[in-house]
Amino acid sequence: MSFDHNIKVLVVDDYKTMTRIIRNLLKQIDVNDSDEASDGHEALAKLRAGNFGLVISDWNMQPMTGLDLLKEVRADARLKHLPFIMVTAESKTENVVAAKQAGVSNYIVKPFNAETLREKIAKVMVHA
Amino acid sequence: MPDTAPVPIQALRGDLDATVGSLMAELEALGRIIADARLEVAALKADDIDAPDIPAATDELAAIVSHTAQATHEILDSCESLTNISDQLEQQHAQPLQHAITRIYEACSFQDITGQRIAKVVAALQAVERRIAGARQSMETRPPVVSATQPESLLNGPQMPGAGISQSAIDALFD
Repeated sequence: MSFDHNIKVLVVDDYKTMTRIIRNLLKQIDVNDSDEASDGHEALAKLRAGNFGLVISDWNMQPMTGLDLLKEVRADARLKHLPFIMVTAESKTENVVAAKQAGVSNYIVKPFNAETLREKIAKVMVHA
Repeated sequence: MPDTAPVPIQALRGDLDATVGSLMAELEALGRIIADARLEVAALKADDIDAPDIPAATDELAAIVSHTAQATHEILDSCESLTNISDQLEQQHAQPLQHAITRIYEACSFQDITGQRIAKVVAALQAVERRIAGARQSMETRPPVVSATQPESLLNGPQMPGAGISQSAIDALFD
C-alpha cells in the first residue's frame, strides 16, 4: 500500500526523545516533511497556521492530553477531516475505544517499528 | 477527693452476670491488643523511612530517567551522523546501513517506555511517603487513601506484557 510521501506531518509529544525518534523513523520511510509540537496547545496553533496532512500524537501529555487534542481537532471545522494517528503506550482496550469514539484514524502501541508506522500512515492516507 | 483509680474488671465480676463479665474481659483484651499494636507501629521508625529513604529512592529513579535520556540522545546523534554518511554511499552499502539505523531508532523508544514505567513507580513511592506522613501526624485518624495512579482514568501508562491490548487486536478494531 503506497501513499503520497510529500505529506507534511506534525509529531506531537511532550517527550523530546520520542518526537526525535518518530521524526527520524518518518525519514527512514521517506516522509521528510515533518514538524513537532511539545503539547496540545502548541499543536493546535501549528495545525491552524500550517498546511499539515497528518498528525501523529502521543496520548500521555499535560495539560492537554492527546485525546483532548484529538477532540479539539475533530471539533474544528477546518481540521476535522485531518488524519490523526495516536502513538502511545496506553494499551488498555478502553483507551483504544475512547480514541476511536473521538475519531482517531488509527492507533499504534509503543514500542513499534518503522514498518508499523509506514503501514498505518498508508492506511489512513488512503482513506483521507 | 474520690479515688479515680480504675477498678480491675476481675473485682467487678462478682457483681455482673457471666455474659457481661466475659464481654468486658474481651474488650479489655482488645484494648491491650490495640495498645500493643500502636507501640509496634511507633517502633517502625516511620521518621527514618520517611526522611531519607523514599525521597532518595525517587531521586535515584529520576536520575535513571535523566541518564538514559542523555544516552539516548547521544545514540540518536550518532545515528543522524551515520545517516548523513549513508547518503554518500552506494546503494549496496547504504541499504544495510540504513536498515541497521532504523533498528536503532526503533530500539531507542525503550527510553520512553521505561521512563513512563519509572514515573509510575515514583508515583507509588510518593503515595507511600504521603501515607507514612499522614500516619505519623495522626495515629487516631486514618489518612485518606491516595491513589498511585494519575487522576485521569485513561492515563494508565504502559501495561505489563500480556495485560494490555495487542497491536493486532487494535488493528482489528480499525478494520
